[in-house]
Amino acid sequence: MAAEPWQVAEISGPVKAFVIQKPAVVVGMMRKAQRAVLVAGHLSLQRLKEGSALDYALDIAKFGGADFVATAHIIGEVKNRGYDNAYSMPAMDIAGRLQDAEWSGLDGKGRYDLALFIGLPYYMAWTILSGLKHRATHLKTISIDKYYQPHATWSFPNLTEQAWEENLKAVKEALRGVRR
Amino acid sequence: MENIRIKVDKVKTPSLHLSNLEITLGKVLEEEWEEKMGPTPFPTSTDLRSWDHKLLQKYKPVYLPYCDVCCLCTMGKCDLTSGKRGACGLDIWAQQSRIVLVACCIGASTHVGHARHLVEYLINRFGRDAPIDIGSKVGVEIEAPVTRLVCGIKPKKLGDLEEVLSYLEREIVQLLAATHTGQEGDNIDFESKVFHAGMIDQVGMEVADIAQISALGYPKADPEAPLVELGMGTIDSSKPMVLVIGHNVPPAAHIIDYLQDHGLMGKVEVAGICCTAHDLTRYNPKAKIVGPLSWQLRFIRSGVPDVIVVDEQCIRTDVLKEAQAIKAPVIATTAKDCQGLPDLTKEDADEIVKRIVEGQIPGALILKPEKAGEVAARVATLIAPKRMKFKVIPDVSVVIEWGKRCAQCKDTPCRRACPNDLPIPEAMDAAEKGDISKFALLYDLCIGCGRCEHACTNAAPIHSLIVASAQKQIRDEKFYVRSGRGAVQDVEIRRVGGPIVLGEIPGVIALVGCSNYPASGVEVAQIAEEFAKRRYIVVTSGCSAMSIGMYRDEEGKTIYETFPGSFDAGGVTNVGSCVANAHIAGAAIKIASIFAKRSLRGNYEEIADYIHNRVGAVGIAWGAMSQKAAAIASGFWRLGVPVIVGPHGSKYRRMLLGRSDRDEDWMVYDARTGEKVYAGPCPEHLFYAAETKEEAMVMAAKLVMRANDTAKGRAIKLSHYIDLHKKFYGVAPSDLHLFVRSESDLSVTIREEVMKVLKEKGWKEKPIPDPTLLPRMIRKEG
Ligand code: SF4
Ligand code: SF4
Repeated sequence: MAAEPWQVAEISGPVKAFVIQKPAVVVGMMRKAQRAVLVAGHLSLQRLKEGSALDYALDIAKFGGADFVATAHIIGEVKNRGYDNAYSMPAMDIAGRLQDAEWSGLDGKGRYDLALFIGLPYYMAWTILSGLKHRATHLKTISIDKYYQPHATWSFPNLTEQAWEENLKAVKEALRGVRR
Repeated sequence: MENIRIKVDKVKTPSLHLSNLEITLGKVLEEEWEEKMGPTPFPTSTDLRSWDHKLLQKYKPVYLPYCDVCCLCTMGKCDLTSGKRGACGLDIWAQQSRIVLVACCIGASTHVGHARHLVEYLINRFGRDAPIDIGSKVGVEIEAPVTRLVCGIKPKKLGDLEEVLSYLEREIVQLLAATHTGQEGDNIDFESKVFHAGMIDQVGMEVADIAQISALGYPKADPEAPLVELGMGTIDSSKPMVLVIGHNVPPAAHIIDYLQDHGLMGKVEVAGICCTAHDLTRYNPKAKIVGPLSWQLRFIRSGVPDVIVVDEQCIRTDVLKEAQAIKAPVIATTAKDCQGLPDLTKEDADEIVKRIVEGQIPGALILKPEKAGEVAARVATLIAPKRMKFKVIPDVSVVIEWGKRCAQCKDTPCRRACPNDLPIPEAMDAAEKGDISKFALLYDLCIGCGRCEHACTNAAPIHSLIVASAQKQIRDEKFYVRSGRGAVQDVEIRRVGGPIVLGEIPGVIALVGCSNYPASGVEVAQIAEEFAKRRYIVVTSGCSAMSIGMYRDEEGKTIYETFPGSFDAGGVTNVGSCVANAHIAGAAIKIASIFAKRSLRGNYEEIADYIHNRVGAVGIAWGAMSQKAAAIASGFWRLGVPVIVGPHGSKYRRMLLGRSDRDEDWMVYDARTGEKVYAGPCPEHLFYAAETKEEAMVMAAKLVMRANDTAKGRAIKLSHYIDLHKKFYGVAPSDLHLFVRSESDLSVTIREEVMKVLKEKGWKEKPIPDPTLLPRMIRKEG
């Protein structure tokens, strides 16, 4: 599908996200980043064929060396999967902090230069990514959701569920390979 | 002559001693009022600027731009991306705050315009000297807490409200002027003006509601206001039916009067959607409520209404088109919404009725409420036999037909037009196979906007198909809502003021606002039930008050049947329509006055400081969609009361978020010593969009904490916060070190467990200050 906003009227302004044509883009960006964070919303609990979007997100964060933030009420689900280092923070709080170039990250070890997003309601991710596009010039953002997010720096296009899962899987596997 | 005012601040001669005397030809405004005039009666937007800046220093705007360009003047469009400035010099941050100000001015002018309209009508009918009485029989002495606080006057008669309205109108004009190209350029000053618009809005709401309560015989601060019927299933479709939509009750009230005077009450159904419905049932509890504003399309299309009367605000702008589809006439009744209909205000009622019933015109604009009421009632009875409840909601077989016709478009335009991303193609696919259950499941999640229909490449009437598939749900839509009670009694405040300020009642949760929900409206009922069971005080109004009622517990009871309507721990209090929101602010203000004996009169800053640091109130506007909702929220922000919105609220362009990780943001003065001390992030945010209802509940339990909480009160609040966090998140919260000041802030049952974790985090005991943000409130001498 073409790179158009999923919700048709949610058009952005002159600067629009580059479309991720190959999962390798995500891998490359994560490898290049000094400090990355992955933000996962409650919709990542959605089941896919071989696990949930949350499972893929957790593995991508783990293999890509990114901090992991669960928004809304899903931290219990994350901890149940054995990810004790994950953080819980409301979407608006992480959005606000990521806008702040002085913020030194969830662990206090320095600011992030890359943030990945998955599983937030489309319009909420849209507004959050807009804020980051305008304010956080120190930060690159990637949407690895099923739908094109025009305010991200890079975004998957609108995908079928199957293509989305294949992409998530490819990113995960490539990062796992890098890690080895 | 009427406007001549003599104001004497102080005159002292050997024989005469006067202070704070204000005379308006023939009437003494300030007679027996012991309270001294405070520093800011009738404030302009800059009079409270320093207070606003204090709040905005703690709760900085976090911007979520909804548009990257500005197109307000012909030098544009200007690209404001990432700090670029437009041709006028404005950047994206100021532009966002400017748009928020425009929205809040729209909201405030809507309420103030409504108030003006209502007060003029009531003065016309009952006279300028008709008394303001919103509950004198139950001891409500503070008749207008917001007006007293902001304007420094005590309105006693309807006529006294005119001066207040003139002030409000003047301020809105000034605020709106600031949004013109080439005026305000600072984002924080725009935000301060947003707060001002909110405060103006709050006064406007109060004026409107105290006027109608006083003059129209509504329940007066009555916790046992009657239970009224709610839901599409309660409407008897065998009778002629008048549907009223909007917010301005006079035309609807005259429908009831006409029916009563002509022995037709009970023979004609009168029911409403949105706030006119609330006010109609306050006027006469035999009237019914169909549902919140999102019920417009589904109910009109059901064909049940024989005539539709619209007044103002939150009306579907295509109501005439929808009404014509079911062959029902529309009567428009205010200048704000004429619907392109012929103005027949001056025509004879018989003639109007004839022209409408004979189908010569699709309806009429009738600006006289009494005439509009008469025409509506008569048209309903005459047209009902002709219409035979002609509907456009199809039969189930038609749903299946549409399922077969659906092209299953690859890029799913229907779904992508839906604000809640509802899986319409899947429902169509199932319908094709004869299964309408997937469509029926969408009924609760659909906000009735109709966007899917306009997007469908086949022009399928998707919303109607959803409604057609949910006939069983609709038949069972038989609920109760407690009619809007109006103000909170002074005696109730006397009872709960102390426990709220000390924290023993864990908080006041106000569920307010529109029905632009991210999922089912039942979520609002679930939030209400959770907090009422935990013995918070739950207050509600507007569409939220309806949604709360549209749910039954395991015993089959609605929330209003289960919980009392008193403003007390475990009560669920419906104050009424949108404008009744002023009573929620009024209750917080009255706590400062009645419990803490603070002077209200023109004393905004001190009272807001009191509320912000001491009164654990939180607003939740789960489906906030309108500019009015923005204005209502901003009125609460200026009082320092936090507001949570649903995820769609992120489209309000910016949040006001605290930073719990920055200790320097949470310093207050200890009024006892004058020292600046850390008081913790209480409340942590001022405006915040939650992603899920679970998050909203946990956040609300956190946002009721206040710097002033006693150890016992904080222990109660923390117990609920921890318990809700464990219940919904599955784990304990990780930020308790910010809220525990000493071991006694923790109840014994959890103390050991929590202290162990805190000590690992290097937690240190902190003092409990007597908190204030205002240096002038420091009591220390010298
Ligand atoms: S009418 Fe309902 S299904 Fe259609 S777009 Fe609106 S919310 Fe979605
Ligand atoms: S747009 Fe209309 S035709 Fe296309 S999938 Fe949706 S319902 Fe079917």
